[in-house]
Amino acid sequence: MIYFDNVSKIYNDKSVGLDGVTFKIAPSEFVSVVGHSGAGKTTLLKMILAEDKPSTGKVFFESTNVHRLNPKGVVHYRRKIGTVFQDFRLLPNKTVYENIAFAMEAAGRSDEEIEADVPHVLELVDLKHKMWSFPRQLSGGEKQRVAIARAIVNQPDIIIADEPTGNLDPVNTYDIVQILKKVNDLGTTVILTTHNKGVIDSLERRVITMDKGRIVRDDTEGRYVL
Amino acid sequence: MIWTNLKRITKSGFVNFWRNGYVSFASIVVMVVTLFVISSIIFAGSMLTSVLDTLRDKVDVNIYFLNEATEDDVMVVKKHLEALPEVAMTEYISREDALANFELKHQNDEIIMQTLDELGENPLGAVLTVKAKETSQYESIAAYLKSETDSRGNEYNIEKVTYYQNKDAIDALTKIIEASRKLGSIVTIIFVLLSIVITFNTIRLAIYVSREEISVMKLVGASFMYIRGPFVVGGIMSGALSAVITLIVLYPITYWMGPSTERLFAGINIFEYYISNFPQIFIIILASGVGIGAVSSYLAVRKYLAN
Repeated sequence: MIYFDNVSKIYNDKSVGLDGVTFKIAPSEFVSVVGHSGAGKTTLLKMILAEDKPSTGKVFFESTNVHRLNPKGVVHYRRKIGTVFQDFRLLPNKTVYENIAFAMEAAGRSDEEIEADVPHVLELVDLKHKMWSFPRQLSGGEKQRVAIARAIVNQPDIIIADEPTGNLDPVNTYDIVQILKKVNDLGTTVILTTHNKGVIDSLERRVITMDKGRIVRDDTEGRYVL
Repeated sequence: MIWTNLKRITKSGFVNFWRNGYVSFASIVVMVVTLFVISSIIFAGSMLTSVLDTLRDKVDVNIYFLNEATEDDVMVVKKHLEALPEVAMTEYISREDALANFELKHQNDEIIMQTLDELGENPLGAVLTVKAKETSQYESIAAYLKSETDSRGNEYNIEKVTYYQNKDAIDALTKIIEASRKLGSIVTIIFVLLSIVITFNTIRLAIYVSREEISVMKLVGASFMYIRGPFVVGGIMSGALSAVITLIVLYPITYWMGPSTERLFAGINIFEYYISNFPQIFIIILASGVGIGAVSSYLAVRKYLAN
């Protein structure tokens, strides 16, 4: 589903983001990417999201080179990906309902679909009672559950979660990981970056360990080097 | 789908405008100032035009005819002059009218009246008053008359043309009028540009606050039109509201300034001007507000869409 072909990213200040990275991710896989700060985890995700371009190498989604897409193509491509971030990135002036509805509107879904799906997805993350709250009225864990609801509402092919538990307490961290596992069990590919050893251990899925822009270990049984 | 998108964009624009209360308020305040500058320029322009028109109307050239000139002589000259594109109008004053005007003007001067009686005949010739469309055109009219007189041996019995006596004054006035118009245009352009730049930067700043929001919208796969639309709607709303506020505020201000402007600027009462030209001013101010708001928002969002 995703293929990195010898991808490197060198920034203008000569710092190395990625250094000759090659790997594949199959459909329905749950892959954790671990590494210290600056190891290249976020750069890797930005490459998948077509937010950043590689200096050399290619990134494929199915058979499409994502960095060859025109702006309109990028818009359509991103609709196949759900994103979850450490800092939640909710739209602050929209309610919980509107935040999720926005993602559906952006994907061209009808008003009827939005009215039916948004309450349903909020029920899945146990936040139906907060439907009309604004993000500022939610706790960190609730915000992250809204972000996950927004990410899954369009039934994307992949969920990309960049340090989703970084700002959360252990209870909320556990909840978020369980939701992501449930989403993966339903067939969605999940790519998760994290520092949290507990999270990786509890998942027992494939782990890619990165250091200084390189993949130093790719283990299907959840082992890693940190 | 286009209709649905348009409805969603408009609704989102309205909701964002309302929820971003402080930012919207700041944009409106700056835009009101901009529109106020534009309206002041409209008023100043009309007053300048009025003053310059009054000055121009005070200038004319008189052609004095000899006593032996017949009415036919004067009419031939009048016809020739009216055929010139530079001539706005001509007025014929017969010998009798010239004498009546003279007597009226000097009715309290006993010596002049006595002298007229002793003469026993009308000493004044007919006069043709010529007004040009622009003061700068008097010279060519005078030159035309001179060449006609020279080539025909004063066939039409012209005694003198006052342009040559008043040439310096007319030239000076022409220069003042031209300089005032140029200066007025330059000042207008500078002020309008400055106001637009200030408004553009305010709106850019307001959208800068939303840059994270724009990046999230991009990540969830929103099209550029869908991201940009609500900001443009917000810009249009700011512009329209600012226009309405400006037009309301102008009413008491022009009412208060009306008598002063009437005294100072050739009888132009700014309040009467505002009321009688309200439809045009309304359209200009509303179009400026909406245009500046929409274009500024469009350009400001473009920067974040490109990144």
